[in-house]
Amino acid sequence: MSTERQGQTGRTVADESWQDDAGRCRARTVRGERCRNRAGPSGLCARHQRRLEEAGGGGSPREGEKPADPFAPFLDWAEEALEFLRRRLTGEYQVDEFGHDPDLVEHVLAPLLRPLYRHWWRVEVRGLEHIPEKGAALVVGNHAGTLPFDAMMVALAVLDEHPAHRTLRMLAADIAFSLPVVAPLARKSGNTLACPEDAERLLRAGELVGVWPEGYKGLGKPFSERYRLQRFGRGGFVEVALRTGAPIIPVAVVGSEEIYPMIGNLRRLARLLGVPYVPVTPTLPLLGPLGLVPLPSRWVIEFCPPIPTDGYGPEALLDPMAVFDLTDQVRDTIQRAIYRNLTDRGGAFR
Amino acid sequence: MAEPSRRILVTGAARSTGRRVVAALAGDPSVASVVAVDDVLVAVPFDPKVEFLHADLGSPALLRVLRSTGVDTCIHLGVTAEPQAAGGRASMKERNVLGTMQLLAAAYHAPELRRLVLKSTTAVYGSTPADPAIWTESMEPGTARHGFAKDAMQVEDYVRSFDRRRPDVTATVLRLANQVGPTVQNPLTRYFALPVCPVVFGFDPRLQFLHEEDAEAALVRAALGPVNHGTFNIAGDGVVMLSQAIRIAGKPPLPIPEPLVPSATELLRRTVDVSPEQVSFLQFGRVADTTAARVELGFAPQWSSLRAFEDFAAARLTGVVTEERVARVEGDILTALHRAAAWLSREVRT
Repeated sequence: MSTERQGQTGRTVADESWQDDAGRCRARTVRGERCRNRAGPSGLCARHQRRLEEAGGGGSPREGEKPADPFAPFLDWAEEALEFLRRRLTGEYQVDEFGHDPDLVEHVLAPLLRPLYRHWWRVEVRGLEHIPEKGAALVVGNHAGTLPFDAMMVALAVLDEHPAHRTLRMLAADIAFSLPVVAPLARKSGNTLACPEDAERLLRAGELVGVWPEGYKGLGKPFSERYRLQRFGRGGFVEVALRTGAPIIPVAVVGSEEIYPMIGNLRRLARLLGVPYVPVTPTLPLLGPLGLVPLPSRWVIEFCPPIPTDGYGPEALLDPMAVFDLTDQVRDTIQRAIYRNLTDRGGAFR
Repeated sequence: MAEPSRRILVTGAARSTGRRVVAALAGDPSVASVVAVDDVLVAVPFDPKVEFLHADLGSPALLRVLRSTGVDTCIHLGVTAEPQAAGGRASMKERNVLGTMQLLAAAYHAPELRRLVLKSTTAVYGSTPADPAIWTESMEPGTARHGFAKDAMQVEDYVRSFDRRRPDVTATVLRLANQVGPTVQNPLTRYFALPVCPVVFGFDPRLQFLHEEDAEAALVRAALGPVNHGTFNIAGDGVVMLSQAIRIAGKPPLPIPEPLVPSATELLRRTVDVSPEQVSFLQFGRVADTTAARVELGFAPQWSSLRAFEDFAAARLTGVVTEERVARVEGDILTALHRAAAWLSREVRT
């Protein structure tokens, strides 16, 4: 898995247009990321200024070329962590208009999800080359597993493993924005409400947008219906793609069905709590809080070849049949990829 | 340069935005006279071009001025968001809604009137978790609302209906984001001046700010600049998270669980003068798109939301968690780590 990054993580065209980089340090960190500290008069932050002076001046400031000190990597890490904490405590960071906070994703959220991705679910990614280096595209995937871990893993796959380290801006149900703690995290990691206005705005800004048209129907379906796609909404995502001319990239996730095998649903309790379902899994009420630990299934995520939508012309939007057909085409592509990868993967928990 | 010819009437002229707008208009060479109307007396003497009319919006004196003095532009700033200052919610509604009705009834009889500028608010869009991330002027605001937002909606409706009845008058409605700056007074500036800032636990809304200078500039431009018909959002570029604003202000946040929020609001009403829709603003936030103002009105704010807030914080707020203190602690920890590492590596060598 690649950890070298050439560009800035998760920063895209839309962010660039308003973000004020004038006051930022122009150096890059060890991993090649843009330093997020505030710059002094020389255009560098205090740390990189000191580095430059230690190196004897001249050349482009870059870290990592220091005399061998066994504690140097740890000290570097500590310094970066402290700088991050200082930026958070003094409010010295910027979010985009949707609330996307790349500094937080890079230093807190992505590092929290990475162990799940690499070691717990051992995610294998295929077809990343189908995601464009830049420009708008609509990633459409299957949704399963009670909690939207599948969406998070797809986003992390694109962020970590795609050469451009793009941020997948996902469209989430409104419950995500009304729950305490979840709501700000959903926004800060770059997601927004699943409504045509937001989707269209993101695509027009050239962002990579992710949508899970099955919604709760997919997320909360019983284990017996695993890997069978549910109805794909009303095709709203196709209309947005047609309006903006963004290609649709179907993505098939195998593995998320087994993380919380849902064998029952406490409907009354769900209604009482105001949530779509309360799952019963082999471990959930039985083992108490331990039942919340997702099972370690093996995952395969496959991005399928893009389906272009710019050749349809404006009349396609007026033709419900064209929208249905395109919706079905996307759905079939995902379903076929799921079956193919299920056979490839073999046992779920190997 | 043409002779000063414009005659302008400003309502709500005694409050902070009103005073600024009146002073700016009086300083403009194209303005011949300004009638400043308010029902409270102002301490600061106005410019000789300015005539102060101490009257409420239903007074016969106002009708006389509009009928006979050749007023060509009316800037209506008299809609207030502060129930306590207005003497209770009922009296605030009376001032806002009935006052506007009376003003427009009188303005109907102003023969020379050509422009009507209304200072409205982005609060008309409301704040709920099911809102689109960014509001444009053409989106239909929600319906379930109360307090100031409802007043502003009704006031806008009256202005639009006036616009239909007097086709020779161009009505421009400016929906202003929350104002901050060195002098402006409103519930939000008082909120940030509290020793600790109460927040709804687990929520971190996106906020937009408008610098008081930009608010003045936008209103003056709508009155004196090229004629522009329609409704425009006015706000600084970018967004600021509430948590970020609180940290820039250097205040400790005080998270309050959602069920306790109504009683906390009741306690705070005395000092901050908050209303329920402002609480939901501090829970879910609100962001409005300013493209139309930029493209059609030709208005670009000088201050981004972040810079505007920083200016406000620097001028008015005394924080506890200041940047210097945080930087000092960061430096101390780092020095200690470096010393420990140096000591350890000496030990390892010997």
